[in-house]
Amino acid sequence: MRIPPAVTQRAAVGLMWALTILTLGVLLFIIAFILANGLPHVTWTFLSTSPESMGRAGGVLPMIVGSLWVAGLAVLISAPVGVATAVYLTEYTREGRLTAVIRFGADCLAGIPSIIFGLFGFVFFTITLGLGFSILSGALTLAIMVLPTIIRTSEEAIRAVPKSYRDVSYGLGSTRWQLVTRVVLRSALPGISTGVVLSVGRSISETAAVMLTAGSALGFPHSVFQSSRTLALHFYVLSREGLSMPNAYATASILIIAILLINLSAYALMRRFVAKVV
Amino acid sequence: MDVKIQSAGLNLWYGEFHALKDVNIAISPRAITAIIGPSGCGKSTLLRCFNRLNELIAGVRTSGRILLDGEDIYGGTVAMTRLRKRVGMVFQRPNPFPLSVFENVAYGLRVHGMRQGAGLEEAVEAGLRATALWDALKDRLHGSALELAPEVQQRLCISRLVAVEPEVLLMDEPCSALDPIATEHIEELMRALAEKYTIIIVTHNMQQAARVSTETGFMLLGELIEFGPTPTIFTNPTDRRTEDYVTGRYG
Repeated sequence: MRIPPAVTQRAAVGLMWALTILTLGVLLFIIAFILANGLPHVTWTFLSTSPESMGRAGGVLPMIVGSLWVAGLAVLISAPVGVATAVYLTEYTREGRLTAVIRFGADCLAGIPSIIFGLFGFVFFTITLGLGFSILSGALTLAIMVLPTIIRTSEEAIRAVPKSYRDVSYGLGSTRWQLVTRVVLRSALPGISTGVVLSVGRSISETAAVMLTAGSALGFPHSVFQSSRTLALHFYVLSREGLSMPNAYATASILIIAILLINLSAYALMRRFVAKVV
Repeated sequence: MDVKIQSAGLNLWYGEFHALKDVNIAISPRAITAIIGPSGCGKSTLLRCFNRLNELIAGVRTSGRILLDGEDIYGGTVAMTRLRKRVGMVFQRPNPFPLSVFENVAYGLRVHGMRQGAGLEEAVEAGLRATALWDALKDRLHGSALELAPEVQQRLCISRLVAVEPEVLLMDEPCSALDPIATEHIEELMRALAEKYTIIIVTHNMQQAARVSTETGFMLLGELIEFGPTPTIFTNPTDRRTEDYVTGRYG
């Protein structure tokens, strides 16, 4: 017996709605669960003081500062390299063996688990280069980790720049560099910033890779050569070692809100930029 | 007679495809020359040889010579940026950058090193005056160019071009995206510009070629079949294939 098309159509729509609601539901449940358990413990004192007795009491100020340092520095290192790579791949070379190798390399990097980056960073930056457990080691490790994201998103944004802009720019006698700096990067900026923001989010929430490179010192970081515990790692240590579940949830709440804020401000920035240019 | 651009034994291949076959053409200065022919005959390709824009495409090979004021533009000593400043191009679709009106016209000037203050404003104004846009746009120089009507956008693209003071304007079907009234306006503009510039227009529209040009070349399958004064090409062509095309037997 054949099922009438109208029935399969309705069933398909219903199924897709159900799955969409399920996906959103899981996300909302996680956020609500963390915030419900954590927000009551997020006070001004919690935000503005250092932890006491291993985090059982006190606040998370050093972790907030450490997270910002590590993530900010990682993206600051990674963005110029990634964007330059994307420009090279799209504008300065024709498709060939070399571009295939670079892309394959970037894809491989994207597929490596973060603990492997952590191990590499530990062996290379921390020990071989003698940087020790430090914000710098962590940032360099994360920079390599988010590089593929920045390359890929930048590449896509640059490819989306209409070909006609290239024709016009070259037709007016511009050099390739002028074309790239005056037209291509400008038009691709919203797309590139998306990749950069995604990378900030990924850096700030990374745990395994920073544990082995930035270390887990509880003190307030005064330079990039000092070890610093990030928010994500602090959450992990607090819950794993059963030090204080309320403080763990509070830390996670701060992390979730920070990521939401980063994404929202990025949206706002992008929209303002697009509105101004177009 | 004077010659602005001359090609001699010009051949071009896209990979294995032989797109231009031994083209010899002489373009008169300060006049409009039209290149007509059916789709795929190589007329746009020929146009893009004059400013070497074909070379952006992978696998293009060219042989033969093109002389601009007697100097071989495919010779090793020619700087591409300088050549393209002298020989500019207007494209099929109006293609302003997603910038302001002012920045669009200033683009070429800035590319060639002119800075804010040092005559930039005056040069932008001159560019806009050349296409009769100044009065309409002088109060919205900093508004986006993408909000303008298609005809105005195409004029703006011509302003952007003449601002850098080229010698030759290559027009690749400049009216194909415009309505008949806008087309008429652009044709008037072309006639005015021809007093100062050498214009080569590629067009699908035979009536347009007949209206604006003084000389016309007919191309078919990569060959320049016939070249001569526009009235002769349209009323008394020598080659049978030209006659069949201009009378509408194919194409």
